[in-house]
Amino acid sequence: MSVAILRQGDVLIASIRADLSDGQLLALRDDLAERTGADRIRGVVLDVGALDVIDSFVARSLRSIVEALRLRGTETVIVGIRPDVAIAMVQFRLNLEALRAVLDLDEAVALLDQLTDREDADGG
Amino acid sequence: METENREAEAPAPEASPPGPDLDGPLLHQLVEYLRQERSALREEWARRIMDAQLLRAMTAQEIFSEVTAVYDNYVTALETGSVETLQAYARELSERIIPRGVETHEVLGIVLLLRDVLARSLFAHYQSDLRVWDRILDAYEPAANRIAVTVGVSFVEERERVIREQQDAIRELSTPVLQVRERLLILPIIGVLDPARARQLTEQLLGAIQHHRARVVVIDITGVATVDVTVANHLVQTVEASRLMGASAIITGLSSKIAQTLVDLGVDLGMMRTVGDLQGGLEEAERLLGHRTPPRNRPTQAE
Amino acid sequence: MEDDVRIPIAADTDLIPARAEGRALAERLGFTRTDATLIATAISEIARNIVVHVGQGEIVLRALDDGRRCGVLVVASDEGPGIRDVDAAVQQGYADSASLGLGVPGARRLMDEFELESSPEAGTTVKMVKWRVRDDLEMLRERRRRNDVAG
Repeated sequence: MSVAILRQGDVLIASIRADLSDGQLLALRDDLAERTGADRIRGVVLDVGALDVIDSFVARSLRSIVEALRLRGTETVIVGIRPDVAIAMVQFRLNLEALRAVLDLDEAVALLDQLTDREDADGG
Repeated sequence: METENREAEAPAPEASPPGPDLDGPLLHQLVEYLRQERSALREEWARRIMDAQLLRAMTAQEIFSEVTAVYDNYVTALETGSVETLQAYARELSERIIPRGVETHEVLGIVLLLRDVLARSLFAHYQSDLRVWDRILDAYEPAANRIAVTVGVSFVEERERVIREQQDAIRELSTPVLQVRERLLILPIIGVLDPARARQLTEQLLGAIQHHRARVVVIDITGVATVDVTVANHLVQTVEASRLMGASAIITGLSSKIAQTLVDLGVDLGMMRTVGDLQGGLEEAERLLGHRTPPRNRPTQAE
Repeated sequence: MEDDVRIPIAADTDLIPARAEGRALAERLGFTRTDATLIATAISEIARNIVVHVGQGEIVLRALDDGRRCGVLVVASDEGPGIRDVDAAVQQGYADSASLGLGVPGARRLMDEFELESSPEAGTTVKMVKWRVRDDLEMLRERRRRNDVAG
């Protein structure tokens, strides 16, 4: 596994390095999908703080991870988007609707709490 | 030593770095002399500075300590032919004296005074042999002038750096992002919103979101002169970028009439929350911040 | 002014130096961090096109200066079979729709000038420029520097 995936409680955290190859990004998606199924994971946090550029491919990959995990009933939150990168992504007009993003890990865990509580409430 | 070696560009025999203008032994002699006379010349220079009423912002003691450092750096620059150390010192000196109100003409003035003090002293010492004096003058003048220019330019550049910093600070002040309470920022925009200002505004807002860990920002555009398609697009981008940093944005001060016009013109306001006035916007912000879950399960946040 | 910077593009790992050089040049020319990111992103986008669609090409970076403005010129070229429908490639809605996957319209939105030429014989060349206007203070300094160099 080329990307370190950490576990904090029932949340997985994956930090995406700037030098990840395209193949490695796709492998990450598959790794995460596998682990969320097996390990009773409530949510996944993708940390993109190391990325100083998020181009269309990276954005597509992030979306692809979010969708793959959602199919398995797991929510994903992205953290660490830098201000200048945020401006670039928006000016680029990337399709960002599916992505939930927050500032840091604490916010991410709080958001995941909220999302899964709501799911539990609905599932009732 | 008596031979004509002046036509060569780099007369320094042993030294490999960019050679000093003077030929080796004569240079050595001159520098030695200036070091020997250090105390006397330094004092004379300091005296002439005060006579000329330069550096009035500084005390006699301060002047004396600065002239000591400048004198030593000056002689070293003559000796090595390299102005780098002098440049670094000049910049550092400028950093110190600019806030004291020292002006450019004063700095140039004192450097030229030093040049003169040294020249006169050298003349007094070497005037008996006019050929040697000739060579000394030929070499000393350009070196001394280069030193004067270096110090002058360093000072001016430092002043410009300060001005640039002040300009940036003013620009930021004119678009203040206010933190009104925990996690909530207000950005009141007043005046004309051109692309450059809009970009600077967005950068400032995102920086503030990051710094204050804000979750809601209220952008009030009541004071914006003209809200046209360009301005609207900038706002939309700002809102979307804020979302990527985890903050929801509420736009206030956008009349429903203008909002409708913008929509008709094809601006996608879909993601934007708009509220008529600032008060309403703040109420909406409170709602977003504190009261997310239904009251039955959790106590509401007491603020 | 300075020499051109050439980055050969043959694999996705080459995107890293291409972005880094773009950012470095932008910062050297005094662009803000945001603008440097826009430039690096546009470079990433176009360079990735080369990797994905052709396999091999080159990015050349050059500093531009026209007095009041300075800029970064990016020229991306390859000798591939060319883009069949240039208009469609340049016109899309979302930058990253799966259909063409070319990301060209996105790069275009990030830069000030954008030119694309493509043909089966000559391959594809993309030229893009981002400008920065110098303010009065900077103009003064530039003029002084030029005089120093000349005199």
